[in-house]
Amino acid sequence: MANPPPTTPSVTSSPGLPAELAEATKDDSTLRRFLHGLPGVDQVGLEQRAAGLATRSIKKAAKLWAIDTAIGMVDLTTLEGADTEGKVRALCAKGRNPDPDRPGAPRVAAICVYPDLAAVAVEALRGSGVGVASVATAFPSGRSSRQVKLADVELAVSAGATEVDMVIDRGAFLSGRYGQVFDEIQAVKAACGDAHLKVILETGELATYDNVRRASWLALLAGGDFIKTSTGKVSPAATLPVTHLMLQAVRDWRDHTGELRGVKPAGGIRNTKDAIRYLVAVHEVAGPEWLTPELFRFGASSLLNDLLMQRRTQLDGHYSGPDYVAVD
Amino acid sequence: MPEETHSPWEYAPAPESRAIANLQPSYRMFVDGEFVDGAGEPLKSVNPATEETLAEVSSAAASDVDNAVRAARKAFDRTWGKMPGSERAKYLFRIARLIQERGRELAVLETLDNGKPIKESRDADIPTAAAHFFHHAGWADKLSYAGYGPDPRPVGVAGQVIPWNFPLLMLAWKIAPALACGNTVVLKPAETTPLTALVFAEICQQAGLPPGVVNILPGAGDVGAELVGHAGVDKVAFTGSTEVGKQIQRTLAGSGKKLTLELGGKAANVVFDDAPLDQAVEGIVNGIFFNQGHVCCAGSRLLVQESVAEELLDKLRSRIATLRVGDPLDKNTDVGAVNSAEQLERITALSATGDAEGASRWTSPCPLPEKGFFFSPTVFSDVQQSMRIAREEIFGPVLSVLTFRTPDEAVAKANNTPYGLSAGIWTEKGSRILWAAQKMRAGVVWANTFNRFDPTAPFGGYQESGFGREGGRAGLEAYLDV
Repeated sequence: MANPPPTTPSVTSSPGLPAELAEATKDDSTLRRFLHGLPGVDQVGLEQRAAGLATRSIKKAAKLWAIDTAIGMVDLTTLEGADTEGKVRALCAKGRNPDPDRPGAPRVAAICVYPDLAAVAVEALRGSGVGVASVATAFPSGRSSRQVKLADVELAVSAGATEVDMVIDRGAFLSGRYGQVFDEIQAVKAACGDAHLKVILETGELATYDNVRRASWLALLAGGDFIKTSTGKVSPAATLPVTHLMLQAVRDWRDHTGELRGVKPAGGIRNTKDAIRYLVAVHEVAGPEWLTPELFRFGASSLLNDLLMQRRTQLDGHYSGPDYVAVD
Repeated sequence: MPEETHSPWEYAPAPESRAIANLQPSYRMFVDGEFVDGAGEPLKSVNPATEETLAEVSSAAASDVDNAVRAARKAFDRTWGKMPGSERAKYLFRIARLIQERGRELAVLETLDNGKPIKESRDADIPTAAAHFFHHAGWADKLSYAGYGPDPRPVGVAGQVIPWNFPLLMLAWKIAPALACGNTVVLKPAETTPLTALVFAEICQQAGLPPGVVNILPGAGDVGAELVGHAGVDKVAFTGSTEVGKQIQRTLAGSGKKLTLELGGKAANVVFDDAPLDQAVEGIVNGIFFNQGHVCCAGSRLLVQESVAEELLDKLRSRIATLRVGDPLDKNTDVGAVNSAEQLERITALSATGDAEGASRWTSPCPLPEKGFFFSPTVFSDVQQSMRIAREEIFGPVLSVLTFRTPDEAVAKANNTPYGLSAGIWTEKGSRILWAAQKMRAGVVWANTFNRFDPTAPFGGYQESGFGREGGRAGLEAYLDV
């Protein structure tokens, strides 16, 4: 057994949960017992299943449908130290009308930026229906005080961000201070107001699939609307097996509570083929009701252009190449 | 639980071209290095997925068995039995490589003839068949290091009879060790699936194998009986039903011939409450729906600890509902066709006894093709140890679910079967894996996985599942005079 967690439990249970789940969030030790009581994950089996499902064939009309669905699920993202207002405006223009030559192309789900640029994105996207997602809570490391993290969230929300992507404190999680992580997610959720909360687990740093499952449940228990794999700053970022696992978590959550929560793989998904593999997983692991931007997102910057090129290929019957889509 | 899932998009059919199979209108048997007409009534090989006749296959009569055994004896005495192991190895390596080279052709042909999904014939059957030849090629010149004495001798002529569930793979399991040890063989493939065995005969020709070393005689049970009872055969290897295995054992009793039998099974797949449940679900699905459940070591009895039974069954049913049953040549297909009308009838009849004895039947809502022999993936829960569906081998996509309360009860129920070919254990606790594996009376026990095959791992049964081992070092014994 690990040592008892050093922090004083200060967890408050969420009101709407079924009794056994509310009970689990009562204090730090019940939370630990609950998370460690979740079924284990067998690495070999999980990876085999993910590889096996990746061979489904999606072609023609189905492929076009999948491409359009995937475009509508993209959180078009720029998270660089060098981001400028100009870069964000360019991205917003691309997001609201990704392929002006093919007006039927759907808009993306959201533009994802740092909090100080959220206002620029909000302005540029007004009336478009495209959401503004902002990473907050001392993204990407999450290493700051609670106060600073919440201030970061408030900056994003007050600028009008409709979605907040928070990072969990991986240090607290890995040292077993689940109550602290739970608390923090709840506090951020409260600070979000109407904005949707996506909880980034940074699965590459959690190291084991068992940890990914525990972190997924922790985020769901604390009220996260989405669980998200990665910041995109750590390798490995999103992988198919990890996404399978998180899809299982939201499916199990639905079976326990009747609530539908979302999943967002982020980082490293660059082409249509990969995106479609993720959609097959959504369809067969969680279920077809998750095939909507309300419940599934891709965190990506370069994926959109490949989707647009493949979309043109489907519509025109031939491939035209990267110079026919905008590089913003 | 999740309602029936309805796909917002259909997976596009991705059928493999049947032209790749190079299907011939007729096939002839292979004796003494030549394709010859058999004296028996010709067989018609049927595609179980469409019910169309694929090809006419000449069948053997008693005189053909006699000729084949004589050819095998001659080859044993004059060439193969005297050949240095290092030379035999070259032929085996050549055969293995030819199986790989013609892998797509063999996979498509196997799927046409047997009804199994192309993804299984392509990704499991054919590569594993090639692997058996590679593995045994490595043994051919190292038999003196196998632990059977400094200079183990071959037995002579092996008569081999194989089933229809893995036609080429079972052939490889039988022929590769026999040849590696210096024996010659006469093999009878199953009546309904002879085609890949006859293409294998072509491969033997291509590899320049001396005439008579491998002989293939298509035919029904009477040819098999003729073969195993033939005085010129020194060793008999049979894979198939327990009933036929018993007949063979009676025939050979007192003859001094070597015999190995690999027979039926009713394997227990035991899920403890601390199991990795999502992967257990995958393992259960793989255990019973792989190859339409036509697997002698299929995990056809699921034993679940009561405390997780409901949760596991919910997950299992929603998972099974996503299995796609249909055209075996389509690479999206998870479950293909039952091999024959007779087998479909048997599965249907045995399942009906489950209803009659009070078990609860659940059937996957997946659509079935209109033509061909198909059976929906089926799960019986509330099954009791005394019911026929818990005791008899169904050999189809039908799972019987029983529950237990304690580990001892799990082991007692798992072992409470006349069979003993395989078992599965699902738990995150390493000590429990070791404890349970020691107590299970089964030839192979898988932990946190199921239906994994490898030429280096011995395979075989206890009790009515037969005796003798195939594969690995232990498998060589059956073909050596020790």
